[in-house]
Amino acid sequence: MIVKRRALSFWERLYVPALLGGIKVTLGHFFKKSVTMQYPEEKWTVPEGYRGAPYLVKDQEDRTKCVSCQLCEFVCPPRAITITPPGPTASAEAGNVEKMPKEFEINMLRCIFCGFCQEVCPEEAIFLMKDYSLTGTNREEMIYNKEKLLSLGGIHQDPIQKWKQKLREAREQGIGAEGHSDKVDP
Amino acid sequence: MPPTATQETETQAPVIDTIAIKVDGREISIPKLSVDPISGRPVPTTMIQACAAAGVEVPHYCYHPKLPVSGNCRMCLVEFGTPAMGPDRKPILNADGTSKIAKSPRPAIACASPVSPGMEIYTTTPGVKEMRTSILEFLLINHPLDCPICDQAGECKLQEYSMEYGQAESRFAETKVHKPKQVDLGPRIMLDDERCILCTRCIRFTRDIAGDDALGILNRGGHNTLSHYPGKPFDNNYTLNTADICPVGALTSKDFRFQMRVWFLKETNSVCTSCATGCNIKIGSREDRIYRYVPRDNDSVNSCWMCDEGRLNYKWIGREDRIQTVSIRKAGGGLESSSWTEALKHVTGLLKQATPGSVAIIASARQTNEELFLLSTLAKKLDALTDVVPRSGQADALLVSADRNPNTTGAALTGFITAKPGSILPKIAESIRSGRIRTLLVIGEDVTRHGLDAALLGKLDTLVVSDILPNATTALAHVLLPGRAHAEKRGTFTNIKGRVQKFMRAVEAPGEARAEWEFLQELTTPITGQAGFAGIEALFNHMAAERPGLKHLTWSDLKDSGATASGSEG
Repeated sequence: MIVKRRALSFWERLYVPALLGGIKVTLGHFFKKSVTMQYPEEKWTVPEGYRGAPYLVKDQEDRTKCVSCQLCEFVCPPRAITITPPGPTASAEAGNVEKMPKEFEINMLRCIFCGFCQEVCPEEAIFLMKDYSLTGTNREEMIYNKEKLLSLGGIHQDPIQKWKQKLREAREQGIGAEGHSDKVDP
Repeated sequence: MPPTATQETETQAPVIDTIAIKVDGREISIPKLSVDPISGRPVPTTMIQACAAAGVEVPHYCYHPKLPVSGNCRMCLVEFGTPAMGPDRKPILNADGTSKIAKSPRPAIACASPVSPGMEIYTTTPGVKEMRTSILEFLLINHPLDCPICDQAGECKLQEYSMEYGQAESRFAETKVHKPKQVDLGPRIMLDDERCILCTRCIRFTRDIAGDDALGILNRGGHNTLSHYPGKPFDNNYTLNTADICPVGALTSKDFRFQMRVWFLKETNSVCTSCATGCNIKIGSREDRIYRYVPRDNDSVNSCWMCDEGRLNYKWIGREDRIQTVSIRKAGGGLESSSWTEALKHVTGLLKQATPGSVAIIASARQTNEELFLLSTLAKKLDALTDVVPRSGQADALLVSADRNPNTTGAALTGFITAKPGSILPKIAESIRSGRIRTLLVIGEDVTRHGLDAALLGKLDTLVVSDILPNATTALAHVLLPGRAHAEKRGTFTNIKGRVQKFMRAVEAPGEARAEWEFLQELTTPITGQAGFAGIEALFNHMAAERPGLKHLTWSDLKDSGATASGSEG
């Protein structure tokens, strides 16, 4: 399709009126509220539900919530998550949960902030937080390990505390903390 | 007495009547009697077998085709009907001449109910679905639902049927009964009593198959608990099979516990190499690391079982000290890394110049048929003495064979050995001592532990060694060639009963290690003149055509379950 060009009028061909019009708009902005943000000194407040970087959380009793079920590793589309399962040696730290990752790594260079890990997590142990601007001076630095992820994630106020309830119920029924009860009725 | 799986328990029973029944409206004809897995006697065919024959899966937990029927989980409840009989004991007919079916007012458990002529089984009715939902709800009442920390997750029947028949929300408002967790049943088995659904598969297995009545259920009602005999650990050589047949995560392998989630594991069909039985296995691996062996069903070899010893014999494959580089000993000194091209050229040159009778080959009966075949052609050309190193142990009544080499039969069938294994070794030692043998090829054995000590090996002009792990012989080698474990290559083994079974590659080998059949081809081709083969299939087919014992076989004949070689039936 050919758009026919309208011939400019005399007034338009003068050029100066259009220039003055532009200067008027510019001058007008001198007296309005500034819209420029001084990033990175100033930062946006991201909206509720924003999907930033995924971090691990602890519960209010300082227990690492992740139990190393590896569903996030499975579902992760860019395969950014690598979990080292604990193996058969029992860790005293894990208590009645039995399982806790030996290592948990997220390669933030790979992570696409999709939120599948948070969605799939059966233990509510990983959350996409509000951080969106992660920087590092080399690639290794961008692979966040368990310690770093936990310190960034902080505490999650878990209203259910499933494992604590399980332990309480078991104790009430006479089953020991680690479940080692060889007590059997004759 | 438990039957041995190595006996032919699956032989066809004498010709017996077949009866016609209908499963979900599809007419099928099935034998009236089938073989009892334990006693071997003919017993009435059950509805669950009829459904399996019709290709209809009936959900079940306690039923296992190789175990006695227990009928306690109730998951396999189905509705059925039988031809209605008149007062004259004659079938009442419909208007169109077909038998009128009287639908049973009550359901029946398919695993324990025999079929009768004209029976109709219904597995898809709303009633059956409702029963399955309700049974599952009952089974889950005291189940801890700790799938995130359960090793069975991903291969758990509770999970699978919950997807089909489960309810999204629990109606159980009361407190669950708690039972001991992390119960140490024995050296290889960990029990979680909370997860147990009391199907008794493990009890029946260890009593009727393994012949060790070690497990039982204690207490009553909701407090039912699986336990081992007090004071006696559950430690027979077949305990890990109970972890396989456990339909839930109650019995778990200590070795595999919390190592890797099963959905990450790549399963590769293979064969166990720990004895001459050659149990069929699946290797579970992820990112070139082996995590577990599990038995693979093969009624001609191992049924559904394997021994613990064989199952746990995989860790050496991933050892850090594997031989990874090709090396040649330089004049007056140590081994220096070389390349395959250089090393093979060097060895071929030596063998070409060798006078007939001045070469001996000692291979392992852990090498594949193809490798032993290539070595036998080489030995024939060079007029070399050949032998394998015998390994023996205590046999048992179920699976373990006294011959601990996986391929002694193959060594004989491929013509690599003609005498009793190990009978030529003293002669080889003597010939080295007398200086007649100047070159020795050792494939996959530490011969210093079998009568050829370091001083004797020092008399040789050339010692060519191929092995997987370093040992005293590899330390003395003039040419050292890194080989591959069975999980890292393809090939075939012939078990003690002459069954040729193939295995597939599960993981990549470390470093420069190459499959022995590959480099042996390159080694033998210039000497024997037989052109190399591009793949293991062609090599196998060539070998089978050359050796009368294997004559009728081709690679594709072997399928997944293997085939019996003609020359060694017995």
